Amino acid sequence: MTEDDYLYISALQHCAYCPRQFALIHVEQVWEDNRYTAEGNLLHERVDSGVAEQRQNRRFERGVLLTSHQYQIVGKMDLLEIEANSESDSKRYFPVEYKRGKPKVENWDRIQLCAQALCIEEMRDVKVEEGAIWYWEVRRREPVVIDEALRAHTIAIIEQAHVILKSGKTPAPVQDKSLCRACSLIDICSPDQFRRDRSMKYLESIFDENRVVDISGDSE
Amino acid sequence: MKKLLNTLYITRQESYLHKERETIVIKQKDEKLGQFPALTIGNILCFGQVSVSPFLMGYCAEQGIGLAFYTEFGRFLARVQGKQSGNVLLRRTQYRWTDDEQRSAEVGRVIIAAKVANSRSVLQREIRNHGNNILLEKAIVHLAASLRSLKVAKTLDEIRGIEGDAAAVYFSVFNELLRNTGFAFGGRIRRPPTDPVNALLSFVYSLITQECVSALQGVGLDPLVGFLHRDRPGRASLALDMLEEFRASWADRFVLTLINRKQIQINDFKSEASGAVRLTDDARKNLLAAYQERKQVEVMHPYMDESVPIGLLPHCQALLMARHIRGDMESYTPYMVK
Repeated sequence: MTEDDYLYISALQHCAYCPRQFALIHVEQVWEDNRYTAEGNLLHERVDSGVAEQRQNRRFERGVLLTSHQYQIVGKMDLLEIEANSESDSKRYFPVEYKRGKPKVENWDRIQLCAQALCIEEMRDVKVEEGAIWYWEVRRREPVVIDEALRAHTIAIIEQAHVILKSGKTPAPVQDKSLCRACSLIDICSPDQFRRDRSMKYLESIFDENRVVDISGDSE
Repeated sequence: MKKLLNTLYITRQESYLHKERETIVIKQKDEKLGQFPALTIGNILCFGQVSVSPFLMGYCAEQGIGLAFYTEFGRFLARVQGKQSGNVLLRRTQYRWTDDEQRSAEVGRVIIAAKVANSRSVLQREIRNHGNNILLEKAIVHLAASLRSLKVAKTLDEIRGIEGDAAAVYFSVFNELLRNTGFAFGGRIRRPPTDPVNALLSFVYSLITQECVSALQGVGLDPLVGFLHRDRPGRASLALDMLEEFRASWADRFVLTLINRKQIQINDFKSEASGAVRLTDDARKNLLAAYQERKQVEVMHPYMDESVPIGLLPHCQALLMARHIRGDMESYTPYMVK
């Protein structure tokens, strides 16, 4: 696989949210904007612009391009804070991701941040211990510890995404219907229709010559 | 479920359609006939001398609004197609499967089974509503045998043979369903239709075909490459495959209703020198209005178990076809009247 085919980090949250959503967007190229996605796009446009700033021993880089050959992912970091330590030669790398909504219990956003951290670690040969996610709706920065559990979850999602892309297959809908309600692809995915395959049973009724047909509602 | 969008039928001769911001404007000379927000429109069908501005054409193509042109008599002329969906995997699989005799036979078999079952249902309903009829009963028995043959049919030739035979039997008793004196049906005649019943059937079949084309494009399938109908340049073969599900269940029943309720009369037709018969302008307008009304009526989708307007049935079937091709369902689930 060449870098052109590497997986976008921004796609990982879809895979974490629902593998079927990920496949519909990235394998089948269906895409429907809803209010949430449109607002998210606007927020990132505002954040991406701007040159690097230096304040005392802290450097702020924006829109940092990321690549990891190990995990075959690419992406862009909204904000990277680099703090030089005056005592040692070491630097502290602190990624920040901007999100439109509110903090979540689930790891979807944290996985994205962790994937960014994995890239920086590979690119600059450093260790990233923590980062943060700025949630616009509550105007608050949520600290994120890049611990072993988060790394394991992130790597698992990256692997799952690669498997789906390679196979070209779209997974069945998830069982948790609350995820479907907030999903912009609900009409295309039709989760209630495809959670269980009832097609063979349906065929039986087409061939059943003793089937009683209703066609009511028509006076003709 | 997707929302059923409006369809504009432009029948006023010398109409001109253009785009004004996000609306579609219809004019005739200097008179503004109508203006609609583009968001509410799913399809525009133009009959006869109707012009559309190139900018509106481009906009329709971009927004996925189907735009098709017909002669005043309803003979298809052309359609404007937008950018194709990016779902290349879906289309590649469609092309592979339609090239494969066995796959095509599998899909074709269930579509024709639904067609035969639906035809049979129309005949059974007639008996239920209007009493015994020996001709209809014999046809119903024959179509049950057709279904049994289809169940074990293996090749496309077999399936087409059974279909041709079933259609002949169905149309041989179609006249029994007409209860408006003046309207008689002596068999299916197409190019051109030479009697009112055939003219009506052809017109409504072509309306629903366009719905199918639009629906298939909407889900990313190629309407021109079908399982049953073989390739013919410019022919929407997959849309014609899908139409088979809707002939008896939607088109024929709609035409029968128009005739039997006397919403269409024998003097609503004009004859041409060639023998071709067509609707008068006013009659065509009435038909289109009734057709639109019918599209809003909600029915319970037999597979999806959801109430949907009839106008959305092509979209439902297109979606089911796409998901079958993508592996979500073992078999395609054609539309069956329940």
